Amino acid sequence: MRNKILYLLGIAGVAWLARNLYIIFLGLPDEAAQGAIYRIMYFHVPSWWTCFAAYFVSGVAGVMYLVKKNQDYDALAVASVEVGVAFTLIGLATGSIWARIIWGIWWTWDARLTWALITCLVYAGYLMLRRAVDEPTTRARFAAVFGAFAFTTVAITWKSIEWWRTQHPGPVISFRTGGGNMDPAMENMLFSNWGAVGLIAIVLIAVRMRQEQHLRLIEALRRQVHTL
Amino acid sequence: MDERNFTYMFYGFAAAWAILALYVLVLVSREKRIESQIDNLKRMLDAKENKS
Repeated sequence: MRNKILYLLGIAGVAWLARNLYIIFLGLPDEAAQGAIYRIMYFHVPSWWTCFAAYFVSGVAGVMYLVKKNQDYDALAVASVEVGVAFTLIGLATGSIWARIIWGIWWTWDARLTWALITCLVYAGYLMLRRAVDEPTTRARFAAVFGAFAFTTVAITWKSIEWWRTQHPGPVISFRTGGGNMDPAMENMLFSNWGAVGLIAIVLIAVRMRQEQHLRLIEALRRQVHTL
Repeated sequence: MDERNFTYMFYGFAAAWAILALYVLVLVSREKRIESQIDNLKRMLDAKENKS
């Protein structure tokens, strides 16, 4: 039953994404200065929102683990971080390709880019920390504390375009600026594509979470085999 | 559609899809490994229980 729901959600996410791609390429107006490349934004921005949401879920799940000591919260935390890192890499790659055309460079140590990279490295560190600790409850406790502190890098990355006005464009989305900086049709597509990308991320997190639960089952079976 | 910078737009979309596809492949291969480990351990457990 759970598998069927995941398959259906995955198919719905991919169908939603395909519909959005059709509109992105054939329905939306061009951006006056950037040419075709501005369309990367429809994946770049939703990828960042998705990874930020995943890291938020991970932080909350980590705190819930510390309170309730339920390993399922730990499984949700690690699943969210792993999927979040995948979407962080998409955000970094698409941003870098956009910058190559618009700024003439692949990378610059601008405040937003630097904090985005720090966020990526911190959460990669989270995954490495988990591999370094064998005992499941110790691993979950360390990871929960690490995850709660790691979220500060997400908050700084989010606010960095307001705190430091460097190379990266400032906020343009209406809920941060009050509106007027972006064509409503383009902004609506950003949110719609976030919905599609987010739905796919939810499916991936659910699959990864189940794998983590199965890994715990493997550890339990191994202990049983050794005791017999 | 304005076709300026179309090639780099293609690279951007290709990079996004490639990373996503790579991650899905990692998940699928891990799933297979986990299933085979669980099967092996269950078989070992059954064999040990039958012996004792």
